[in-house]
Amino acid sequence: MLMQSFRMAFSSITSNKMRSFLTMLGIIIGIMAVVVLVSIVTSATDSIMGELDSLGADKLTVTVLNQRGLPLTLKEVSGYPDEYDSIAYVAPTARQSATAKTSTKEADAMILGTTSSYMEVEDLKLQAGRFLKSPDLENNSSVAVIGPSLANDLFSTVDVVGKTFYVGGRGFTIIGVLETAGESLLGSTNSAAIVPFTLAERMFRLQGISSFTVKAADSTLVAEAEDDLKHAMTARFKDESSFSVLNQSALLSSLDSIQGTLTLMLGGIAAISLLVGGIGIMNIMLVSVAERTREIGIRKAIGASRKRILTQFLIESLVLSTVGGLLGLLVSWGLLGLVSYVMDASYTMSPDVAVLAVVFSMVVGLIFGINPANKAAKMPPIEALRTE
Amino acid sequence: MIEMKEISKVYSLGGEEVHALDHASLRIADGEFVAVIGPSGSGKSTLMNIMGCLDTADSGEYILDDMPIEDYSEDDLARIRNQKIGFVFQSFNLLSKMSALENVELPLIYRGLRSREIHSRAADALALMGLADRMKHKPTELSGGQQQRVAIARALVTNPSLILADEPTGNLDYSTGQEIMRLFEDLHEAGNTVVLITHDDNVANAAPRRIRILDGRVTEEDSTC
Ligand SMILES: Nc1ncnc2c1ncn2[C@@H]1O[C@H](COP(=O)(O)OP(=O)(O)OP(=O)(O)O)[C@@H](O)[C@H]1O
Ligand SMILES: [Mg+2]
Repeated sequence: MLMQSFRMAFSSITSNKMRSFLTMLGIIIGIMAVVVLVSIVTSATDSIMGELDSLGADKLTVTVLNQRGLPLTLKEVSGYPDEYDSIAYVAPTARQSATAKTSTKEADAMILGTTSSYMEVEDLKLQAGRFLKSPDLENNSSVAVIGPSLANDLFSTVDVVGKTFYVGGRGFTIIGVLETAGESLLGSTNSAAIVPFTLAERMFRLQGISSFTVKAADSTLVAEAEDDLKHAMTARFKDESSFSVLNQSALLSSLDSIQGTLTLMLGGIAAISLLVGGIGIMNIMLVSVAERTREIGIRKAIGASRKRILTQFLIESLVLSTVGGLLGLLVSWGLLGLVSYVMDASYTMSPDVAVLAVVFSMVVGLIFGINPANKAAKMPPIEALRTE
Repeated sequence: MIEMKEISKVYSLGGEEVHALDHASLRIADGEFVAVIGPSGSGKSTLMNIMGCLDTADSGEYILDDMPIEDYSEDDLARIRNQKIGFVFQSFNLLSKMSALENVELPLIYRGLRSREIHSRAADALALMGLADRMKHKPTELSGGQQQRVAIARALVTNPSLILADEPTGNLDYSTGQEIMRLFEDLHEAGNTVVLITHDDNVANAAPRRIRILDGRVTEEDSTC
């Protein structure tokens, strides 16, 4: 019996293709809007989260906003790992962009003053040479570890250990080259020139450390490290507004909740657009029932029960909405491919979203099909037969 | 068995009342062959719609198989229309979007038979009506007489025990009409109840019992043949 009803539904849908398509359009557009938006949002936030994750969930960044006449010294900061069990490494950072030159070329570089610990804090890898060492800092040596892009820009090769480049008239001997790193939110080290902190302090005319990065002894000790740092800084500056501590894992969880809110909001849009699509289906089904009054009368006269008529029209609206939902998915899939291609990114449709979208459109079809189907089923046969 | 007691059906149109049926009483036993004769507008189709459980009377009592019609549920009536009654409508009432074969298959589908049986029975019924080569045609692609024969095939395909035929030979030439009449006689002989509506006395004479209807009033005609 169901088989027969499906066949009847299909033949009635295909007998009026244009109208069926227009009816489905509401559902198609609704599903498309939702699936594409949700896919883009989740893909985008997933990639941001992935990036943050790669930055390290066990890191804290401290920014000193006001030195209060008591500049934070390298010595103080370097003592934290010994002082607190929760802290493994500390590296001060001083960044400034500058133009690096050789006798023939020049390139934009990010000059980053730090200490030998920076390698451990950031998990940097070298492809050649060595990283900064304590003597480089003690002697204010004019040495630099540079990123591969910068090496290429300046020398057209990465085989540059021992060569010299100039920043503001000062010559730097290259002691190491970093491996290529992925682009990240905070810029990459690919075009950086890492120099001893003491030297950068002098070049940039800095008074004390204004920013440093801390690596916790263990990823479970991040919160403890954060507390310890806040204590230390509060004790140091006697004021909580003089500094800020950025916890990347906290950032991660707040991003997580932003994603949740966005998805919820899109869910709301989904509900509204599918509601509109459902009303479209109901409208057409009502028209169809009115148009086919005589057909309903004939079917009843030769023995179709109420249930049969009800099932036939319900299945018809179910098929309409399901086919609409599937077409919507197909269009979304194409559109996501196109957007990915144009934006040079990878937006993928999650299977959860796809299944949910189809199930939702089926439910919409059923709910909005009930009223028209019921109307058809309740029609008295003789009156239905008399209408033309 | 069909029993009608003082059945009335009144249509009021713009203040004027039309008594389509006026206190009509009759009784048709199982296995009878009855012709209902009357001029146009006398209430024949109205009587038949009530008999076939498609319409209800405004007053009076209709007892079908020893049970008042009001006691049947909606689903019971659908089942009776499907399994017990074969209806040949005056205006055919074929589904225009379906082929002749699909039209004849429909009552069997509602009966819930298997699709192979449905197909072969419907094809046989159409072949019996001389329409073996017109099965794929839609009603609009058939002549009036052919449509009438499709309607008859649809009524007979379920082997109903009660056949209600409203002017089944109205659109047929003399010899085809005779063939159809012979078919009804065969069905009657096989023990089915046949109620035949006509305004043509010659057609009515084929039936052993004749009921006359005039302005909604039913009178029995003495059997003379
Ligand atoms: N739906 C209706 N509304 C108003 N009047 C109706 C309706 N149906 C039938 N009638 C009237 O009832 C009367 C009987 O109609 P009915 O169809 O039973 O006639 P009939 O005997 O079948 O005629 P014919 O031989 O032309 O088919 C007619 O006068 C008709 O005008
Ligand atoms: Mg009539």
